[in-house]
Amino acid sequence: MAFDFYLSTMWSVLKALPLTLEIWFFGIAFGLLIATGLTWLRASGYKLGEYFTRAYVFIFRGSPLLVQLYLIYFGLSQFDFVRHSPVLWPILRDPMYCTIVAMALNTAAYESEIFRGALRAVPVGQIEAAKAFGMSAFTRFRLVTLPIALRLALPAYSTEIILMTKATALASVVTIMEMMGTAQKIQHDTFRPIEVLTCAGVIYLLLNLSIARIFAWVEYRLSPHLRPPPEQSQQIRPVPEVL
Amino acid sequence: MSANVAAAAKATPPPEDKSAISVRDMRKCFGDHEVLKGISLEAHKGDVISILGSSGSGKSTMLRCINLLETPDSGEVRVDGELIRMKQGRDGRQMPADIRQVERIRANLAMVFQSFNLWSHMTVLENLVAAPTHVLKRPRAECLEQAEILLKRVGIWERRNYYPPHMSGGQQQRAAIARALAMNPKVMLFDEPTSALDPELVGEVLRVMRSLAEEGRTMLVVTHEMGFARDVSSKVMFLHKGEVDSVGEPKEMFARPPTPQFKQFIANFNK
Repeated sequence: MAFDFYLSTMWSVLKALPLTLEIWFFGIAFGLLIATGLTWLRASGYKLGEYFTRAYVFIFRGSPLLVQLYLIYFGLSQFDFVRHSPVLWPILRDPMYCTIVAMALNTAAYESEIFRGALRAVPVGQIEAAKAFGMSAFTRFRLVTLPIALRLALPAYSTEIILMTKATALASVVTIMEMMGTAQKIQHDTFRPIEVLTCAGVIYLLLNLSIARIFAWVEYRLSPHLRPPPEQSQQIRPVPEVL
Repeated sequence: MSANVAAAAKATPPPEDKSAISVRDMRKCFGDHEVLKGISLEAHKGDVISILGSSGSGKSTMLRCINLLETPDSGEVRVDGELIRMKQGRDGRQMPADIRQVERIRANLAMVFQSFNLWSHMTVLENLVAAPTHVLKRPRAECLEQAEILLKRVGIWERRNYYPPHMSGGQQQRAAIARALAMNPKVMLFDEPTSALDPELVGEVLRVMRSLAEEGRTMLVVTHEMGFARDVSSKVMFLHKGEVDSVGEPKEMFARPPTPQFKQFIANFNK
């Protein structure tokens, strides 16, 4: 009996996984875009850009994502111009879009800080070498600064992505029936919180486990230079076409 | 190839075409501290100039001002007769007028650093190929072929697929020299190439540098290796407190130090 219940709950929650993944994917994709813009603004050297990004990070990193989500979903519709805007209203009246917007804005603050730190940690000497060999600013960035910074950012970035996976559960409070929303509904219907929430928790765990494994694999592939040296006999690695 | 050019230049010296690097009255301050107080330098094609001086004398800064890794406050730098054009920046300091020109000139002035500065996420072979393909836009296959030849020459061909952190300092520095050679540079700048090496690894790097000098390459070498300065270079330049204290033919300079400062300097080394 209990087993059957677990199984059926598992199945019901799993059916909401695609929706969770959708929020997750679009949240981090737009978040990455915004974070890239913020990082560029911060690194550009313009004072105004620096103040803006500082204020942005202060606000979106300093307040709870739940508050931000409520403000966007419930708060903004208070304003007439929002309700009458042909651009804003279709986005802000939809709880799905609101969740994605809130997540993207929130994660962008964290990610821009991660990227800023990574850019600053790129060894100056390696950038100087690129300069000394006549590389233009763009080539330098593409061949040296960016590849090194990405490798440095990856561990912290993967943590942020995992935090975002868990943050998708907040979508349930704005009526979205993703995994957490579905689980809560079953819980209300059956009054069996332990079984239901355990199922949801296990699925989140497995999801994050796979995400962590993927990042670990990417990190491993990207950093052969940080591992012990290969044996003499080992592979002759062909030089890839694209550096 | 460069050897032939240098040899040809020696055989028939067209007077205006001989200068490889010409520095006139270069000045540089860091804050209130004046590091370079009007340095001039003339390097002809095929010259190997050792630049000596105690730490803080400005020798590394001078080298870095030549390829604009540091921007000199005033003075002229000519590479192969071409003046690096400067302009006044908004903050009143001098800055390069045309960054494209600077990049083009830098590509002719390969630099070897004290701390190697190989790109750590690339294999040795990738390090050698990156700049020639992306800066000189040469075909990749050709660059790879040349890279392998250069790596054989500096004796680390077996390590071509290694990443820099997996090699000894001496091997890294030889890879860095090969990376510089891969640009077919007109002048090579060495910024204390052996100072970060364990004593037993210095020899392998100096041997490579000596062979480059022997094939007639133009080199500016900031160094503490008195043996190299005396035996290999064609000219020795001694900087003292941001000024050129003395310049001369190495054997002569070491046998009869022209100034008390230089005498003192080599005396400290012979202790």
